[in-house]
Amino acid sequence: MTPDVTSRSRAPLMRRLAIASEPYLYSAPAFFLIVAVMLVPLVLGISYAFRDVQLLNPFSGGFIGLDHFRTLSEDQAFLRALKNTLWWTGASVFFQFVFGLILALLLDKPFAGRGLVQALVFLPWAVPTFLAGLNWAWLFNPVIGPIPHWLYALGIFSEPNNILSDPHMAMWGPIIANVWWGIPFFAITMLAALQSIPRDLYEAAAIDGASGLQRFMSITLPFLAPTIAITVLLRTVWIANFADLIVVMTNGGPADRTQIVASYIFTQAFKRLDFGYASAIALVLLGLLLIYSMLIVLLRQTLLNKD
Amino acid sequence: MRAKKLSLTIAHRLAILAYIVFALFPLFWLLKVAVTPNDLLYSEGVRMWPSRATLEHFEFVIAHSAFPTFFRNSVIVSGSTAIAVTIIASLAGYALSRFSFRAKYWLIALMLITQMFPLVMLVAPIFKMLTPLGLTNSLAGLVIVYTAFNAPFATFLMQSFFDGIPKDLEEAAMIDGATQFKAFRQIILPLTLPGIAATLGFVFTAAWSELLFALMLISGNDAATFPVGLLSFVSKFSVDFGQMMAAGVLALIPACLFFLLIQRYLVQGLTAGAVKG
Amino acid sequence: MASIDVQGVRKNYGDVEVLHGVDLTIRDGEFIVLVGPSGCGKSTLLRMIAGLEEVTGGDIHIAGKHVNHLAPKDRDIAMVFQSYALYPHMSVADNMSYSLRLRKTPKEKIASAVGAAAAKLGLDPLLERRPKALSGGQRQRVAMGRAIVRQPKAFLFDEPLSNLDARLREQMRAEIKKMHGDLGATSIYVTHDQIEAMTLADRIVAMHAGVVQQIGSPLDLYDRPANLFVAGFIGSPGMNFLEGTYHSGDGKADIRLSDGTAIPIRPREGLRDGYAATLGIRPEHVELKEDGSWQADVELVEPTGLGIILHLSIHGQSFKIFTADRAVLSPPPSLQVNFPEEHLHVFDEDGNRAD
Repeated sequence: MTPDVTSRSRAPLMRRLAIASEPYLYSAPAFFLIVAVMLVPLVLGISYAFRDVQLLNPFSGGFIGLDHFRTLSEDQAFLRALKNTLWWTGASVFFQFVFGLILALLLDKPFAGRGLVQALVFLPWAVPTFLAGLNWAWLFNPVIGPIPHWLYALGIFSEPNNILSDPHMAMWGPIIANVWWGIPFFAITMLAALQSIPRDLYEAAAIDGASGLQRFMSITLPFLAPTIAITVLLRTVWIANFADLIVVMTNGGPADRTQIVASYIFTQAFKRLDFGYASAIALVLLGLLLIYSMLIVLLRQTLLNKD
Repeated sequence: MRAKKLSLTIAHRLAILAYIVFALFPLFWLLKVAVTPNDLLYSEGVRMWPSRATLEHFEFVIAHSAFPTFFRNSVIVSGSTAIAVTIIASLAGYALSRFSFRAKYWLIALMLITQMFPLVMLVAPIFKMLTPLGLTNSLAGLVIVYTAFNAPFATFLMQSFFDGIPKDLEEAAMIDGATQFKAFRQIILPLTLPGIAATLGFVFTAAWSELLFALMLISGNDAATFPVGLLSFVSKFSVDFGQMMAAGVLALIPACLFFLLIQRYLVQGLTAGAVKG
Repeated sequence: MASIDVQGVRKNYGDVEVLHGVDLTIRDGEFIVLVGPSGCGKSTLLRMIAGLEEVTGGDIHIAGKHVNHLAPKDRDIAMVFQSYALYPHMSVADNMSYSLRLRKTPKEKIASAVGAAAAKLGLDPLLERRPKALSGGQRQRVAMGRAIVRQPKAFLFDEPLSNLDARLREQMRAEIKKMHGDLGATSIYVTHDQIEAMTLADRIVAMHAGVVQQIGSPLDLYDRPANLFVAGFIGSPGMNFLEGTYHSGDGKADIRLSDGTAIPIRPREGLRDGYAATLGIRPEHVELKEDGSWQADVELVEPTGLGIILHLSIHGQSFKIFTADRAVLSPPPSLQVNFPEEHLHVFDEDGNRAD
């Protein structure tokens, strides 16, 4: 209607700029920090995998192509670490999940003192992981810990030995510590999911004549299924990468029997100071995790398409 | 019917008791050894409580060891990290919660990726990057690294707290005459205080527990954090169990305090950082 | 106080246009109600005037000033939200004075402004309380108090009463009307409740699907709805519609229902012979007469206390009557009714009113 309609419908430049830049200003600190301290090292680390980078050798740093990966394919310790990682991750996730779910079901019922019980059984999660590792290492230590003596008394051991120094049993040490430390995580997540199930569903099912087990199978499990799936899948990745307990309790020993890929990477970088080789292993681990994630996405797609 | 119900209740309570025992026994043992005098340690190895308790290990650790330094370093590192992360994550979480902008999905993707890849991958490159900057063997270097590591998870956590506050409130403030930033500071932040406390607690606990990067980046005693100090103590003097466990009990105290602080928010915290420990 | 001018205002969310060019001129001191079903764009329009939504196209002027690109804080308007949006961490007094404090108003002035508003709304004893400790009606009052302390150019209300129970809603409705009488402030009020629209408005803007359907005084909309949407939306119980085809000739006209029944009406301009047309009549205007021309079967009786709603069917089309005559509480299976010509509304095949 007025001649300056077009100029009016555009805001002054400064104001438009101010509006458009506002969310960027809020997120800039987080963005730059993450890029500088996580993304750049990630890219750098990937480049190390193809270079000879040794901290103590000032002449290192040259490009060596796939040499690290050739060494890696013949590295028995690495192959054993791969196997151990599967074992470590599978057993930890399985027991954490089973015991976590049972705990959640136990806590889902109201009873006197539930708040206090929750605080007590969730407490291990608050224990720093290095301390959890040390604590369990001490418990397994026949000098000051009770566990070897109990196992001896039960007749399982012929003498009170430290299972952490037994090549065939050692992996169970960090796994037990990990289960102890990780049960609360699953229990808390499952409990939240349980408590979000509408109570009147159970009442309706009870009126329809469903037994306790039937109610669990037809209401509780289907409602929990998505939470279980996502928690287990994500936790699997996390535990596969979780080297603290192993580094603290066994340092990969005895004879690399408890070495997982993540702790092997750390050992290579920290003990041998061979950053190139460590990065090559890390790249392989990253690739395996990527494949695992892809499989999950594919699985999800097929499951979704079925519905 | 009644007997069945009673036996179910008893089974339920017994199962819970078993969980409590399993959860607390290791911590109890830590405390037990810490108060056992050295001369009784081996003779009363598997007794549940020593015939004579002592605080001498605690006294020794506090007065004659480097642990007070480690403790102080850890408090400085964890505290600074918690504060820095909370500020950064509040800003970014607010942007994710309230704005829609072109780069939003890139930012979310970036943060999700950082939650998926093994952090141990970064040990070597970060060491290489921090050395020329003089940030190895320094508390500041640790704070920077920990702040970045915890920022994504804390951002999602803060976002979930902001999402719980109605948008109407800052719209009302903006109509009342505030800029968006002022509305954020004067209206939204005060309402998020419990969430901020929870974020502080989560990050503090995470930084307090971190071991691998501290081991890699810190070599001397002066800048060692508690985990590094305790671990080097263990490998050097693996005989004095009483003192080590007394130190362990001390390391547990701040973690437990912060656990109480964040207990109400555990669910929110664990679902926000579904992949974080 | 100020006039508000809305010209050709459009709103897009991505490719979806939710407001299709709204024109509206609000005079100084006028009380305008935007009414329509949810999703009709009324709240979006209000939020665009407030500055909370960007304007995709068109212009908005407040007091002659072009405000399209002004931030909400620079528009000098006040708004009452559906959720009240009271600041939970501030006392009632602080809630009310927040806008004045942001403007660095002197302390004495703030105190007197808050005091005056509190007195007007009966909030004096509550000034130190937090919003959590207030009832729904009290919160509503605080939200109004927060709006009036500033003496803004205009008041915007976004469904302010829909969180209250029916009794309180009636009471607050009257209070808002009284307050507008006292202050004479330009007001825009959004609601989906046609009773609120009828009772409060100087002029109603009826909206549907992002298009203004009719602007006029409440009785305009009631007596002469511009189209089928407005006819059906305004009034409760809603207007009856009979669908048929229009036939005219020899200065006479009728609407023929699908079963061939012809209802005679006065000839109207704008209607075409043989085309579809809709006949509308409000339930309260249908006459129950023993010698009525139309037979209706009774399906349901709903006593409301004030009167009785009868659900009928006439030649297969359902139909309602509202009457105060208690004799129909136990009606015979069928009744005779009349449609007085002066209360008939006729709409053409596009749903627009024909006179």
